[in-house]
Amino acid sequence: MSWLLALPFLLPILAALLTFLGRGRPRLARGLSLGSCGLLLLVSLAILALVQANGVVAAQMGGWPAPFGITLVADRLSAVMLVVAAVVGLTVALFALSDIDTHHEQLGFYSYYQLLLAGVCGSFVTGDLFNLYVWFEVMLIASFALLVLGGERIQLDGGIKYVAMNLVSTLLMLTAIALLYGLTGTLNLAQLHLAVTEVDNPLAENLLAVLFICAFGIKAAIFPLFFWLPASYHAPPVAVTAVFAGLLTKVGVYALIRTFTLIFPAGDNLAHEILLATALLTMLTGVLGAAAHYEFRKILAFHIVSQIGFLVLGLALYSPLALTGAVFYMVHNIVAKTNLFLISGTAQRLTGSFELAQIGGLYRVSPLLAALFFIAAFSLAGFPPLSGFWAKFLLVKASLDQAAYWVAAVALVTGALTLFSMSKIWAEAFWKDHPRDDCASLATLTAGDRLQRLLPVIALALITLVLGLAPEPFIEFSLAAAGQLLDPGDYLRAVLAPPAD
Amino acid sequence: METALALLVGILTATGVYLMLARNLLRYLFGLILLSNAANLAIFTAGRLTRASPPLVPAGLEAPAVAVANPLPQALILTAIVIGFGLLAFTLALIVRAYRRLGTLDADDMRVAEPRKKPEQENRHP
Repeated sequence: MSWLLALPFLLPILAALLTFLGRGRPRLARGLSLGSCGLLLLVSLAILALVQANGVVAAQMGGWPAPFGITLVADRLSAVMLVVAAVVGLTVALFALSDIDTHHEQLGFYSYYQLLLAGVCGSFVTGDLFNLYVWFEVMLIASFALLVLGGERIQLDGGIKYVAMNLVSTLLMLTAIALLYGLTGTLNLAQLHLAVTEVDNPLAENLLAVLFICAFGIKAAIFPLFFWLPASYHAPPVAVTAVFAGLLTKVGVYALIRTFTLIFPAGDNLAHEILLATALLTMLTGVLGAAAHYEFRKILAFHIVSQIGFLVLGLALYSPLALTGAVFYMVHNIVAKTNLFLISGTAQRLTGSFELAQIGGLYRVSPLLAALFFIAAFSLAGFPPLSGFWAKFLLVKASLDQAAYWVAAVALVTGALTLFSMSKIWAEAFWKDHPRDDCASLATLTAGDRLQRLLPVIALALITLVLGLAPEPFIEFSLAAAGQLLDPGDYLRAVLAPPAD
Repeated sequence: METALALLVGILTATGVYLMLARNLLRYLFGLILLSNAANLAIFTAGRLTRASPPLVPAGLEAPAVAVANPLPQALILTAIVIGFGLLAFTLALIVRAYRRLGTLDADDMRVAEPRKKPEQENRHP
């Protein structure tokens, strides 16, 4: 059982090593990359099934009992994040076969990609704060490499800004961890939950909470710490942007959720007010930034920021329904956002540019792509009955339940503005004619390219449709996940109780 | 002793932040190095400074015989130093590469990814 929890990061690390050794043989590297992602999905589903059946699962690495060793834990939130990460990993790995050229392959694209997945999955299963830092670093160094791989001028420019901000965030995180350790004497998340209640030092606790908000906030791209994201996300190849957009910022949000449910759980202190204010500002600034841009990927990048606001809002409202909304929103958003970036890549391949002013005509030549874009984009904007509607509905309902009417108002305005930028892309890229009339159709791609580009998009669109048309089991699951977050009793028992044997 | 180290962390942080505020990327990197050392020292100090023996268990015993220093912060710092070294080396390489391709170290002049002019405007006024 302990091995099962370690597999989500052991598998990608092994695959990273093997693909690095086999980078001179592209077919082998491609097969390994896909195979590892497929296995990762199976392992994640197994963990999800185990968590559904047995409640929180924990494993002590190296046989050292908690809190002395490193603990791996999976509760419902971890398990569902693992599954979604594996789905994104597999679909983007398939898309990358068509999107990544041989030069990038020889530079070791697949190894960095697998390392990135290892870092993401490691962050989701770890139950130890310092170990979380280590996984963040694994994820960061892999993302640095992916971002500048190939060394184009635009990549180096975006890469400098990305690296600069993220290094500050890791140092803030390290300092926060050091001070928290000095205050409590432990780094195990479950033990911290107990230890922090015994500390009678509200000033230090508030300072630490703010330090953690800054550290994870830079990674999650919340207001006003998000400027690195729209500066860099449009620089690398589309497959890289898609996996960044789907997973990296969400790991920051995941870390925020863990920190502010386990370590600093009270729902009415300074930190939660800061979170609420930043959530609203993040939603608004992100969507306004998107409205000002006319480049396919820059619009989507600003929407990432805006959507992060919704996720943080769910945490800041801190009610069962709000956290349910946050979990459901996270799943919906990762799927829809990754899909939109993948579609933007194919749109660019067919029309020749990401600039909306220079492209068009996609609806006429490839209605299939238009339909898939429609599903993902209007789900993101919160159209019923697509998945985004239920996600926004839960969060707005939660804020109305707390009589936070202006919060609900901001969420609804953000939704309307999201619709505005999505219809902007729709009108410019899909509806209007191509300015130079040279929009290629999907039929011009080779059969392999078509399969590798369309299959991931169709799969993700189907998930969006299922989430939207049959939301009940998923909302049910999110409710249970939120329950575990608000009452960490099971989590503590699973981690700290001595093993049964 | 803790006070002295806390002051040292403060000085390192202040100097680091001051350097990082410069537009020159190399200064930014030097600031980052100072900041990373400040974080490591903070971990060390947070683990409490004691005059004690190294944390070694003599042969044949289950636990150390005398009072020992806290080994955990040292393990953490070791990890953090290794990770920090890798990241800083990568950043230095990235800065050198960026200087060669972009021809500048001034962060304000790096506008390839976010040009000041919109491309449509450039098309209209070539």
